[in-house]
Amino acid sequence: MEVGQMQRQWVDYTKSLFLEGFLDGQFLQLQQLQDESNPDFVVEVVSLFFEDSEKLLNDLTRALEQPTVDFKRVDAHVHQFKGSSSSIGAQRVKNACIAFRNFCEEKNTEGCVRCVQQVKHEYYLVKSKLETLFALEQQIMAAGGSIPMLELNF
Amino acid sequence: MEASSSSSSSKGFMANVEQPHVLAVDDSLIDRKLIEKLLTNLSCKVTTAENGARALEFLGLGDQQHNSLESNVSNSKVNLVITDYCMPGMTGYELLKKIKESSIMKEVPVVIMSSENVPNRIDKCLEEGAQMFMLKPLRQSDIKKLRYHLMNCNS
Repeated sequence: MEVGQMQRQWVDYTKSLFLEGFLDGQFLQLQQLQDESNPDFVVEVVSLFFEDSEKLLNDLTRALEQPTVDFKRVDAHVHQFKGSSSSIGAQRVKNACIAFRNFCEEKNTEGCVRCVQQVKHEYYLVKSKLETLFALEQQIMAAGGSIPMLELNF
Repeated sequence: MEASSSSSSSKGFMANVEQPHVLAVDDSLIDRKLIEKLLTNLSCKVTTAENGARALEFLGLGDQQHNSLESNVSNSKVNLVITDYCMPGMTGYELLKKIKESSIMKEVPVVIMSSENVPNRIDKCLEEGAQMFMLKPLRQSDIKKLRYHLMNCNS
């Protein structure tokens, strides 16, 4: 595939991620912050998010397996997850976290367990999408091309 | 997209300060990385701290330090503190209070950030002397607004 085609594919794929609600305007902000002095900014920040998220999901699962669930602790983890997903623009993950916090407030274990599943699901989805996107970027750059600037209005 | 300016000009972040030194406090590594980039894009020198205790130490207001002028001399003077509200241990509000209570640091503007839009929280911080309250996630436009706001307050 030649560079122009790959670039168009990149634009279409990125647009679809926004249209389908996986990403929101905050992700655009990340892309806009990437420049010559920080050419890998987006990948770096998203990688931090992946690391952080794996740990949070483990902590959450374990916290909900306790004989007596500490809902404050669970809520603290969800709050953190909501923050980090919001900071990178992972909209669906963020929304799943918002719903999760309601169940924490109600001290509803069953609801919380369902929410962890939901958050996990959304997280793995967006992770896979972003990894696909980054792989495409690598291909474009390996072929000597550059990543297009997106112009989306929010 | 804002291009970062490397030239020293009077378009400084705060009146008369060409490369303001900002202390950014947040327990989230991701958010620290973000805010650092947002600020360096607007020609700020940035130091980050992961909690209130570290922030106070950096400002020379730590428990082990004497509240004296000498403490804030090893690093270039801090022109602004921007801190997250929700942090384990010491909250941003508590950090704000400690800064405002100190004799050497009370003039330094403190900005509070939070992912939650809670009016009581905002009022509480502003009453305690916070310069501004900002909603996360932060964008470049927020930091620009911050600059203009601070330049006006300095006159």
